[in-house]
Amino acid sequence: MEPLEQLRARAEASVPGAVLEIVPNACPADPPSLRVDPGHALAVAWFLRDDPQLRLDYASNVTGVDWPETVTKEKARVKRMVDGVVKEFETVVEKRRPGFLEAVYHLYSMELKQGPVILRQRTGDRDRAVTVASLTPVWRGAEFQEREIYDLYGIRFEGHQDLRRLLMWEGFEGHPMRRDYVEPDDYDYEPTPHADVLEKARKHYPAPPAS
Amino acid sequence: MSAAPPSAPLPAGAAIDRDLLEISLGPHHPSTHGVFRMDVVLDGERVVRLKPVFGYLHRNHEKLAEGMTYLSSMPFTDRLDYFCSMTNNWAYALAVEKLAGLQVPDRAQYIRVIVGELTRLLNHACLIGFLTHDMGAMGTPLMYAFREREKILDLFESLSGSRMMCNYMRFGGCRVDLSPAWLQAARKVVDDFPRFLDEFDALLTTNEIVMTRSQGVGILPRELAINASVTGPMLRASGVDYDLRKVDRYGIYDRFDFRVPLGEHGDVYDRIMIRFLEMRESLTILRQALREIPPGPILDPKSKLRGFRPRAGEVYGRIEAPKGELGFYLVSDGSPNPYRYRVRPPSLINLTILEDMCLGQLVADAVIILGSVDIVLGEVDR
Amino acid sequence: MTPAGSMDEGLRNELSRQGVFVVKLTDLYNWGRKNSIWPLNFGLACCAIEMIAASMARFDISRFGAEVFRPSPRQADLMIVAGTVTKKMAPQVVRLYNQMPDPKYVIAMGACAISGGPFKQGYNVLKGIDRYIPVDVSIPGCPPKPEALLHALITLQKRIESEQFAGPNPAPRLARGAPGEYPVPRLGAHDIEPPFNPEVWQPPKLVREE
Repeated sequence: MEPLEQLRARAEASVPGAVLEIVPNACPADPPSLRVDPGHALAVAWFLRDDPQLRLDYASNVTGVDWPETVTKEKARVKRMVDGVVKEFETVVEKRRPGFLEAVYHLYSMELKQGPVILRQRTGDRDRAVTVASLTPVWRGAEFQEREIYDLYGIRFEGHQDLRRLLMWEGFEGHPMRRDYVEPDDYDYEPTPHADVLEKARKHYPAPPAS
Repeated sequence: MSAAPPSAPLPAGAAIDRDLLEISLGPHHPSTHGVFRMDVVLDGERVVRLKPVFGYLHRNHEKLAEGMTYLSSMPFTDRLDYFCSMTNNWAYALAVEKLAGLQVPDRAQYIRVIVGELTRLLNHACLIGFLTHDMGAMGTPLMYAFREREKILDLFESLSGSRMMCNYMRFGGCRVDLSPAWLQAARKVVDDFPRFLDEFDALLTTNEIVMTRSQGVGILPRELAINASVTGPMLRASGVDYDLRKVDRYGIYDRFDFRVPLGEHGDVYDRIMIRFLEMRESLTILRQALREIPPGPILDPKSKLRGFRPRAGEVYGRIEAPKGELGFYLVSDGSPNPYRYRVRPPSLINLTILEDMCLGQLVADAVIILGSVDIVLGEVDR
Repeated sequence: MTPAGSMDEGLRNELSRQGVFVVKLTDLYNWGRKNSIWPLNFGLACCAIEMIAASMARFDISRFGAEVFRPSPRQADLMIVAGTVTKKMAPQVVRLYNQMPDPKYVIAMGACAISGGPFKQGYNVLKGIDRYIPVDVSIPGCPPKPEALLHALITLQKRIESEQFAGPNPAPRLARGAPGEYPVPRLGAHDIEPPFNPEVWQPPKLVREE
């Protein structure tokens, strides 16, 4: 299998306008992945499948990942004028990473028995710009998996023939695999020491008034 | 087969003509192997549209796993494909071992191969039993298959404490060691199995009803099988040589001498035959493994049961489960819980081409085509 | 069998030695019913495999007269809820129960059917089928072994044997005002509605010790 840098260069040369970014993977067991912009994802996918050196004819695993907005706090030193003297202060700088959803494709080649190449598409945010390109026209195997991502994460796949909910029922609202999904309260008490379960139980079964 | 004119498939969303009959097979139907539903449109007896409906056993495995530690998910993997808990354990352990960089000792690798191949035996035997049950052999082959399954489950029970939900593997090895008596019992099961297999083979493979019902039915072309990410015996019945035991050589499969059977036609009959042949190959692997199993430790000394926090990163581990490629995709942020935990279910993805295989076939054949895919709903819906 | 009415025990024994059996009609009826329970061929999840195993050669449920698994609820006496009931499946389970003819019984097999089991925290998992339909026998286990299912069946047989049709303690289904059908829940926007049937199930009354 050719190095990912070279693969990226060839894909960018073959698909005009495509911008591919190598997303590092902190775990050395699996290769880094290629992030492709949704506008060119389909063309890049066709290239990956049909290129004679790659022949990635098998989309094994297609899945979604939710990355909500995070705020990380970092310490920084700032110089400020105080009473005419420059002093250094330590302040906390908030770094805000906007939230997004991600579709991850693990591609292998059955013909050349190689892989994986990991392809990612990211949405703009988590509410409105949630559309990415469907790769089902290239790999039929992505059909149900993209439907599942639509169902559980709420990513819309442009170009998918039959984008319906896969697991939850029609008429269900919300996307339960998102990390901020709040499930309906079921009036249940469970004798386990999970803090959130106990909190729920306390709400339903308030302590009797002290007598 | 019969010379009835082929019915044109009905495009998705097209209105249903009044001459067509729309029926809902399932979620409670004896032929759907659980709570699975097919919305079928029929022209007379022939299928013109078939849309599978899932989710009747969606147990939120992935969501639950994100809220618990890595090890806590291990018993939940048992309940994915509840025929093959050992291979589910193995796939998950493999993914976490990749993530955490753990090395599995030799003896544990052999134990995994032994229990994994025993699982393949019981899965394939039961599948053939269920499939022939769908064809009208009410119960008898299934009864034979379950008789053999019980013998293998006895082994699993004495090893792990549970018949079906073994929860046996750990990250970096296995939970308990085999005893010499267990090995002796396993050798006896493996030695006796060919007798059952020969009998089963003689009863079914040249049986006229089985042949008429299954030959030329539900043909899956090679190119479509690859494009639709079909894996496992389904794929190999269509003639694609892709077995992860040979391709990835995970574990210690490079030490064993075995062949990968391939089909020619990709019909239901080939899928039955592939499973018969795979059972025979599993037996050769088992004989080698039971002969060569070395003494030694069964758990990587670096593996931690408590306070296990793998490094950040993402990993995809996959094995050749009896039903196809079972993969686990894990994203770790360095905390004790996985940030994202995804199961790549072979049963669900193998159903992608169910409609393609059933179009133009009789509705009674749709039932056996579904049976030949070999699905377990716990894994389809998770 | 229970002694027949007010007949003298000694006379009855004497008669049975002669080949004459004197029983109440109720007892004869219950004896027949308990030994020919037809379960619904209805599997939901993992436990269904153990249910099938119970009907196979080693465990052989036909020793107890319950081997005739019927695919149609119209012909079934016993519903074995074998496995996790999801919210998407719950309306169908209740509907199947409604379609079974009286007298009918329910065995909740396994932890999931009783309370949601290991999947209890899931957003699509019903926390026990007893929220919608009355359950006669519950078998704990994940999954219960086939022997446990046989035990549940014998427990149910004992219950059927002692059922009365008239008198002070008739069977609950014969009580005045007993519902013939149970309301089928609907799939709502977030949850099934209603979350439970208040006639069958109430949230547990919890007494806090503080």
